[in-house]
Amino acid sequence: MKTLAELRMIREKAQEEMKLRESNYLFKVVVGMGTSGIAMGSREVMKAILEEIAQRGIKNVLVTQTGEKGLSSLEPVVDVIEEGKPTITYGNMDIAKARKMVAEHLVNGKVVNEYVVSTENL
Amino acid sequence: MKFYRSHILIGIDDSSLAAGVKEIEALLRSELQKNNLSDEINILETGTLGLFGTGVSMTVFPEQVTYVNLTAADVPEIVSEHFLKGRPVTRLALKAPLKKHYDYNYKNRIVLANSGKINPEDIKDYLAAGGYEAWEKALLIMQPGEVVDEVKASGLRGRGGAGFPTGLKWSFTAPIKAEQKLFVINADEGEPGTFKDRLIMEGDPHKLLEGIMIGSYAVGATKAYIYIRGEYKLCIHRLEIAIKDAYEYGLLGNNIFDSGFDLDIYIKIGAGAYVCGEETALIESMEGNRGNPRSKPPFPGVQGAWQLPTVVNNVETIANVPAIITNGSEWYKGYGPDGCSGTKVFTIMGDVNLPGLCEVDMGTSLRTIIDEFGGGVKEGHQFKAALVGGAAGVFLPIERLDVNMDYNSLRNYAAVLGSGAILVMDERADIVDMLYSVIRFFRHESCGKCSPCANGNEMLYKLISKIRKGKGAPEDLYNMDKVAEAMFHSSFCALGQSLVMPIRSAIEHFKADFLKRIN
Amino acid sequence: MYEEIFKKYTPEKENLIYILHEIQDTHPQQYISEEAVEWVAEYLQIEPSHIFGVLTFYTMFSTKPRGKNIIRLCESPPCFLRGSEKMLKRLAQLLKVKAGETTSDGLFTLELCACLGVCGNAPVMMINEDVYGDLTEEKLDKIIASYTGGEK
Repeated sequence: MKTLAELRMIREKAQEEMKLRESNYLFKVVVGMGTSGIAMGSREVMKAILEEIAQRGIKNVLVTQTGEKGLSSLEPVVDVIEEGKPTITYGNMDIAKARKMVAEHLVNGKVVNEYVVSTENL
Repeated sequence: MKFYRSHILIGIDDSSLAAGVKEIEALLRSELQKNNLSDEINILETGTLGLFGTGVSMTVFPEQVTYVNLTAADVPEIVSEHFLKGRPVTRLALKAPLKKHYDYNYKNRIVLANSGKINPEDIKDYLAAGGYEAWEKALLIMQPGEVVDEVKASGLRGRGGAGFPTGLKWSFTAPIKAEQKLFVINADEGEPGTFKDRLIMEGDPHKLLEGIMIGSYAVGATKAYIYIRGEYKLCIHRLEIAIKDAYEYGLLGNNIFDSGFDLDIYIKIGAGAYVCGEETALIESMEGNRGNPRSKPPFPGVQGAWQLPTVVNNVETIANVPAIITNGSEWYKGYGPDGCSGTKVFTIMGDVNLPGLCEVDMGTSLRTIIDEFGGGVKEGHQFKAALVGGAAGVFLPIERLDVNMDYNSLRNYAAVLGSGAILVMDERADIVDMLYSVIRFFRHESCGKCSPCANGNEMLYKLISKIRKGKGAPEDLYNMDKVAEAMFHSSFCALGQSLVMPIRSAIEHFKADFLKRIN
Repeated sequence: MYEEIFKKYTPEKENLIYILHEIQDTHPQQYISEEAVEWVAEYLQIEPSHIFGVLTFYTMFSTKPRGKNIIRLCESPPCFLRGSEKMLKRLAQLLKVKAGETTSDGLFTLELCACLGVCGNAPVMMINEDVYGDLTEEKLDKIIASYTGGEK
């Protein structure tokens, strides 16, 4: 149970943290985990990303989940967000593609163009 | 975050490196700088663009123009023509875009603004996106009557199918003096082809909760229920987390933020019955009964669950409310045509290239939705029909493709917006088969309470099965129409009344498909 | 014998559907027996006939013993258009049962159901709580194999 003043403080802090988070981390990787995504294998994709990041000892990446954007046929969908750059949305991901994305995009800084489905400023 | 109007993806691979991509990239950067475009146009290096033997190549977004075999001499021309004057240099570009890059249309979203962006299981993500500001405003600054008036003025109409004005619905219950009033969310999303409410609940559960809080405050309900279909496991899971967090943050409970207002939210789970989408059947089910609809009046707003005044609203409807309170009714009316304000979530599926969902202005044409958001009819095939509004919808032929998708425009074609489901069929689809599937669905879901619906569905199923097997007679079409019409006039609830729409439209527009089976 | 479940719910009729869900989900054969109905009737102080009425009304409930894994294939128009009948044929072939039946080893029950709300990935089915989309015959073979431990 929190007071109104506390709630407002938490909101402000959360807003700051969003930015802070993105400065602590170079990349934010967001995996779509709605029913469509999960039905098409997003749990496995999430696992592969986490494993690959752990194996490579990458420290500057934050991995999180979200709901669906709405393009069922492109699931599983993964966003890679980097401060000051358009969000790169990868679609139809699988375990192999997820591992390659970590190696190419998160390690070498090169977008894997073949898997990109959208480059919107989200 | 900086906003660039264009992004250039430059392909870096062995062959482009050999062709001098680095020098060309440097030149491009300096040319952009020279023309003061560095802040507007962003350059990104990517791996291979998926092209072979095209030397130095780059793709420009959002135009999706791909330049190939670039030399240093081409760069100034591209910068001055394309980036300064907005005229792509076609001489240097590939004729077809490499690959369709999809626009999720987030800039136009209200109810799905956060879905696919924030973490639905973290209340802080919702707060950071401005969450619960509308609840604060409604609860602490506005009177309940003002909230009702604002929603009324916004022109928001029910998104569950019937399109009844939401503010008006609230205004019936708000003045009633009762010890207990209830606010119920109809999350029994079962209309075939509809999954918009699922996306809201899975992707942004707090938005629904915030809408419930505001609505409950407006009508004076201190208990709210979300009636959700049992199959939606993930929605139930995420809503449970969201409700728990909302209590923890003091957004629910007793005397919320010292306002004197109490509110509790509960989840009620269904067990698989389409008819429970009808509000009085839903209420029966909530009480632990078979989901048979009740007779109206009394309407639920006066006597609903446990005979208490009960407001029942659809998920998508209520997800619009926080934004209306934050931004005002005038802002909301900026979306969509007069009389049908706001956005609408449409689900697009069937024979399209990119099945999925979009949130666009009410009144967007069917053609635009199919082509721009559904990726168009399946490659190499032609549009034949669209079943619009769910199973209880209408088969629209190609001549109707330009209809605007809002309550009023569709009514001109005896069609309905329904839940916003759009099932596209190409020339391979057989309308007899599709109608068979629709009737089979209704036959299974008829609750059996009234005989026009129970027996009518049985008769329709026999007739369509007979036609499908090639044993039909020409008068069977007439008989189907008559049965459906009788059901329309005499069925107890909308379930039995709806079948006339798919049946009549299928026979009217696609008679050839039926005659093929009959002769 | 259902005390553990009853403890969680006050004895009010509005909790009936919850209690039935939980009894069914915790039963190894995923159904609600006549005996269970008697117990629930006793606890909620309502007529067994009311409970049977509710049980047979909602498609998620079963009054017959079912298999360990419940396959629910959507047959609504969007899935129908994308080939659900072909999927049903394949499943029937693989499992050697018709819709509504349980395999002789008690591993699967094959059911048909109405729209599951995952229509962008039609045809769709659910096995227990997991959803599988964009089904093809090859995909079905693999999914079923993953539940039978891989042997074919």
